[in-house]
Amino acid sequence: MASSIRVRAILNGDTTEVQTLIQHPMDTGLVKDSKGELIPAHYIQQLSFEHNGKTVFQADWGTAVSKDPYVKFAFKGAAKGDEIKVSWLDNKGATDNLTAKIQ
Amino acid sequence: MTATFGPSVTRRLIIRGAGAVALIGLGHATLGPWPALAANDKYPEDAFKQKNAAEAIKALYGRDHEASDKVKLDAPEIAENGGVVPISVTTTLPDVTSISFVVSENPFALAASYKIPDGTVPAVANRLKMAKTSNVIALVEAGGKLYSATKEVKVTVGGCGG
Repeated sequence: MASSIRVRAILNGDTTEVQTLIQHPMDTGLVKDSKGELIPAHYIQQLSFEHNGKTVFQADWGTAVSKDPYVKFAFKGAAKGDEIKVSWLDNKGATDNLTAKIQ
Repeated sequence: MTATFGPSVTRRLIIRGAGAVALIGLGHATLGPWPALAANDKYPEDAFKQKNAAEAIKALYGRDHEASDKVKLDAPEIAENGGVVPISVTTTLPDVTSISFVVSENPFALAASYKIPDGTVPAVANRLKMAKTSNVIALVEAGGKLYSATKEVKVTVGGCGG
């Protein structure tokens, strides 16, 4: 199965810019379906990025983050070819992760 | 005599057994899928449940925030689709430890909160849902203080299915 995570990490000078897109419904639990029944909340609560075993960025998300979330940040101290590990956990206990190389 | 308290002992054993199984089950649920996070990275469930902006900020940070021109909040004047509003923040403040976004008029005000460890640039871009026209507050925790920038975003079509 294809990963739910797409990540692009590019080194520019001493700073690595990380852009991430995740496929996830991010249902708020406030929206009704076509039959008028509430769609239960289903959203990513935590997303973390690790470089060399150190957390370089961590997100806590509520239901107000858009469907198929996008997030961008940057950090220092990485080299080209280093790995960055992305993992998320949603409110139903589902999880996914992906390791990408810094370009 | 044995015949009278025999069944109650068995029942107690069964209850105790069920309790142990439940505990083991819980352990798996909390430890299994998310081993990477330490205890201090706990999800701030309570803050995300608050309906109003002030309560959410209090639950998350436990302190007041002051407006700062060193916090630059970038958000559109008008968002045609409230489901996807690109919002970002940058700051020139030193010693930033976290950045959060609050949408005052949303059903739950706190949208997202980011931890910024040492070595990470204090800037975040993301996309948020907005139920209707609202103030967006960007909060930056730096050097043990809480700074903010606020901007009103007009929403023509709400992003919460309304």
